[in-house]
Amino acid sequence: MADYIRPATLADAVSALSAGPCTVLAGGSDLYAATGARGLSGRVLDVTALADLRGIAATAEGIRIGAAATWAEVAAAPLPPACDALRAAARTVGGVQVQAVGTVAGNLCNASPAADGVPPLLALDAAVELLGPAGARRLPLAAFLTGPRQTARRADEVMTAVHIPAPALAGRSAFRKLGARRHLVISIVMVAARVAVADGRVAQAALAVGACSPVARRLPAVEAALAGAAPAEAAGRIADAAVAAALDPIGDVRATAEYRAAAAAELLRRAVAEAAG
Amino acid sequence: MNRPAPRLSFTLNGAPAQVAADDPTRRLSDVLRETLGLTGTKSGCDAGDCGACTVLVDGAAVCACLMPVARVAGRSVTTVEGLATDPAMAGLRAAFLRHGAAQCGICTPGMLAAAAALLAANAAPSPAEAEAAIGGVLCRCTGYRKIVAAICDAGRPAAAPAPPPAGAAVGARMERPDGPPKVAGADRFGADVWRPGGLRLRAVRSPHARAAFALGDIGAWAAATGGVAAVFTAADIPGRNAMGTIPGYIDQPVLAERHVRFRGEAVALVAFEDDGADRDLSGFPVTWTPLPALDAPAAALSPGAPALHDARPGNVLAAGLVRRGDAAAALAGAAHVAEIRIATGFVEHAYVEPEAGAAWMEGGTLVIRACTQAPAMDRDETAAILGLPPGRVRILPSAVGGGFGSKLDLSVQPYLGLAVLRTGRPARMTYSRTESMMATTKRHPAAMTVRAGCDAEGRLVALDFDGVFDTGAYASWGPTVANRVPVHATGPYRVPHVHARARGVYTNNPVAGAFRGFGVPQATIAVEAAYDRLAEAAGIDRLAFRRLNALRDGDATATGQVLAGVGIDACLAALEPRWQQALAEAAAANRAGGPLRRGVGVASCWYGCGNTGLPNPSTIRIGITPGGRAVLHQGATDIGQGSNGVILQIAADAAGLPADAFDLIGPDTHLTPDAGKTSASRQTFVSGRAAEAAGRALRAAILRQANAGEGARIALAPGAIGIDGARRIDLAALPVDADGYVFRAEATYDPPTSPLDADGQGVPYALHGYGAQMVELSVDTALGTVALHRITAAHDLGRAINPTLAEGQIEGGIAQGIGLALMEDYLPGRTENLHDYLIPTAGDVPQVDSILVEVPHPEGPFGAKGLGEHVLIPTAPAILNAIRHATGAEIDRLPALPHRVLAAIRAAGGAG
Repeated sequence: MADYIRPATLADAVSALSAGPCTVLAGGSDLYAATGARGLSGRVLDVTALADLRGIAATAEGIRIGAAATWAEVAAAPLPPACDALRAAARTVGGVQVQAVGTVAGNLCNASPAADGVPPLLALDAAVELLGPAGARRLPLAAFLTGPRQTARRADEVMTAVHIPAPALAGRSAFRKLGARRHLVISIVMVAARVAVADGRVAQAALAVGACSPVARRLPAVEAALAGAAPAEAAGRIADAAVAAALDPIGDVRATAEYRAAAAAELLRRAVAEAAG
Repeated sequence: MNRPAPRLSFTLNGAPAQVAADDPTRRLSDVLRETLGLTGTKSGCDAGDCGACTVLVDGAAVCACLMPVARVAGRSVTTVEGLATDPAMAGLRAAFLRHGAAQCGICTPGMLAAAAALLAANAAPSPAEAEAAIGGVLCRCTGYRKIVAAICDAGRPAAAPAPPPAGAAVGARMERPDGPPKVAGADRFGADVWRPGGLRLRAVRSPHARAAFALGDIGAWAAATGGVAAVFTAADIPGRNAMGTIPGYIDQPVLAERHVRFRGEAVALVAFEDDGADRDLSGFPVTWTPLPALDAPAAALSPGAPALHDARPGNVLAAGLVRRGDAAAALAGAAHVAEIRIATGFVEHAYVEPEAGAAWMEGGTLVIRACTQAPAMDRDETAAILGLPPGRVRILPSAVGGGFGSKLDLSVQPYLGLAVLRTGRPARMTYSRTESMMATTKRHPAAMTVRAGCDAEGRLVALDFDGVFDTGAYASWGPTVANRVPVHATGPYRVPHVHARARGVYTNNPVAGAFRGFGVPQATIAVEAAYDRLAEAAGIDRLAFRRLNALRDGDATATGQVLAGVGIDACLAALEPRWQQALAEAAAANRAGGPLRRGVGVASCWYGCGNTGLPNPSTIRIGITPGGRAVLHQGATDIGQGSNGVILQIAADAAGLPADAFDLIGPDTHLTPDAGKTSASRQTFVSGRAAEAAGRALRAAILRQANAGEGARIALAPGAIGIDGARRIDLAALPVDADGYVFRAEATYDPPTSPLDADGQGVPYALHGYGAQMVELSVDTALGTVALHRITAAHDLGRAINPTLAEGQIEGGIAQGIGLALMEDYLPGRTENLHDYLIPTAGDVPQVDSILVEVPHPEGPFGAKGLGEHVLIPTAPAILNAIRHATGAEIDRLPALPHRVLAAIRAAGGAG
């Protein structure tokens, strides 16, 4: 049986976290799936009543996504085309029942190598905001995710928001997720591509691949190869070898490592063609 | 706790509700079911993977298993029970019944909740919108198409359908009589009924595939662990510590003694107090000594491999053989020969209802209420294990949330019986999803080699089939697979020279048993692939090749059985128009180039209905009460397939009474005669024949009493039977028998078969059903992904007793065939949940066009044949044949996951 608190203020949340080890509960779709018990155990901090963690809004510096925003809210939010990949990913996080409760922060803090939200947010240069007894700090998402099921969150911190900087809101993005069935898919490979075109040339390309390395990755060398390309030619510049060199896929029950690398390159070409088109 | 236990208030189905908030993180599903008694909300996985527990919270569909109850405080929760009384949902419920969208009904509450959320926002959804809305709810029975159709049709007024009049039930699209409780959330499955104040059972299971074990100080563990009422081990079993399904092959310990042979084998049973506390088995004193496991038949068959069972050195459980003519010589002389080697994996039944039940004593009788496909076998086996005479065990099958073969075997029954018998207290047991997947049977993996030959004109001359089937640690239905496969190996084609062998081999893998088709679906994958190659070699269209070779009336099978009522060519002919069109469309699409390649594939099936050359009688009883109601004692368990409707429709027409004159007494070993097991596609045929005979006998008795002629019209009225609308029999004047009936008829039917001889020659089945399916798909040659576009399925079922139910069987079987072909692969320790083990979702089943072909068989009731297993058989081979047609890719290992398809495309030198 759990010792459960559901504070309404960040101060109460932080003080609860300071008082000792605590499981942070958001949507619950990962925590409940991981136990066969009727409920959770230990100290549980439910963050879903914290108004400060809700909402998706434009800010002076870009867009702020409250940490406890649900994937259903992300999918429905009026976000710019650069966030199309994120909104598409939101619609593939489990079924609609999971999207209704599952949160952005939960997806990031659970840190699955196949987390749906990560590649689109990497392609948006997202940073996460963490609040602890020493105050708030921001970390680039890529620095926050340190390994499979591992993050830089300290035990006494709670994620409060995800920030997308304004420069990363340029262009359009596309998302591709590949699995063996239509709904409720655990990715074999997924990719997000954001492309900004200026003066008929690719001015910015941000490519990220999930489920092909311990943590989803950006592919800077492949991105660099796209710079200056005509939009229609951008996808053609993505070479299988360059993609494979940037990834570290495993072979498992869902696919071989070789397949993952090859599929990632193909999906990146398709996502770039869509985003640049 | 230093805080006072608060109450938690919310709105439940429109009314205020309160529960103790002593454990705020309890799953909402658990609170609904256990505290509030709303068992309409089902628990299928406790992990958000199946969606069976979907409810509405403030109108949004959520999984109640993922929701801490504290979070519904002040909010509005709607469960299926609330939807059942919501007039706005009447149209949806009626549409579910009209379309046959509920088969077993275990997913129905979740489907209705997901649909309700959609319909509240969009009263007239498109099929794509409906499909997306239910994408997070799994169904294993229906293939989803009828659910999608029902949701899109929910806006139609909910008028009660007119029941078919006397004599018109057979062939009518009658709604299933057990449908209304299914759509109201009122049907009670294995986990839904229990006696309070009893015991809750948990089995201690092996984490190792092969291990020796020693139990430690159980008494000390029990004393130190809260709530332990009793612990049972093998030593506590009063009767035979062995379970199984076939005499001579009863080899699985109920509780293992000293060593285990597969991961998931039970070694002890713990009875906890059923007091709402969370109990677990951590720290249970057992010491494992893992041993090297035989992980595949090749290892088990290798010289010097340890024998899993002393009685079967060499690890061969059973071997089946059919030999006719001289296949080797005929192949040597054939104009064309094709050889196929292909392997399949373990396939999990993945019904949405994990095994569950409850038991208690009634006087000296042990009552076990659990989900099952075989009540009489459960009674006899459980009695033997417990050392009781069978008459002291009463099996009450619950509503069954899907079976597909696995619920033919015992699961919770002996454990419940043991605990109740030894403690005198009621008990219940519900397997977790992982436990269900670990502990219960699977489809046999098969490694098959086929050589088939034809002459220059494309006529089949010979088939050599060799299959090794991994039967896992215990026998279960392995012998049936070994026997059925060679008998069916040719498919429904004339093949004069046949040599077909199948062996079931013990390994330390999960127990493989019965799964819709008993090995025939695997064999058909290999054989139909070979036939495609032969057609190509002979330069004949693939459908024409099959029609050329199709069995016809008077032909002899490989077992020497001469057939009547053969419908395979009628099925193939029915596909012809779509086949030609699909080939043309695919060719046109492929001319455009690009990574997508279209393909079309076809495959056939035949399947003998009933046991293979063994007796398998069914008995059906009908009575007339003095009040003027007909009572049908229908002991055939309805696991969703529809025997509650089909048997009734047959009985009603045979008796000449309208179906709504009947009350049903469902399976109950104390109240219904034995209608055998729901297996081998036998209920419509065998129990149907018994029902037909009972109906006719009842009618004859009534006509005799009235001195009326054979053609007289009879009608039931309160207290009377009217004859031809003129005369009446006053039922109050008649003597009442011990069961309370004034007329009664009971009839038994056992299909005429003969055992197979040493060469597999004989008449194994009284009749067969036939079918053929064609698949249209496209393959993404850069990714190896497969998109199904359309499946056309023609099935000869002799007579469609209920076309809606028949279509439901076809669509559901196709969905399972899709899973077998493209995604399902059970790996012990790796895919023991519905997250990693993938079954088709609503988006994975394409448009299905069912063509019901009716070639009556003289042995079938009203000409009817079985259908339940047939429908799964052609799907996977037709998909694989279509993939090859599209790309040249030859798949040698199922499932055809994207990486395997891509590798096969590249091996074939295709695009990529």
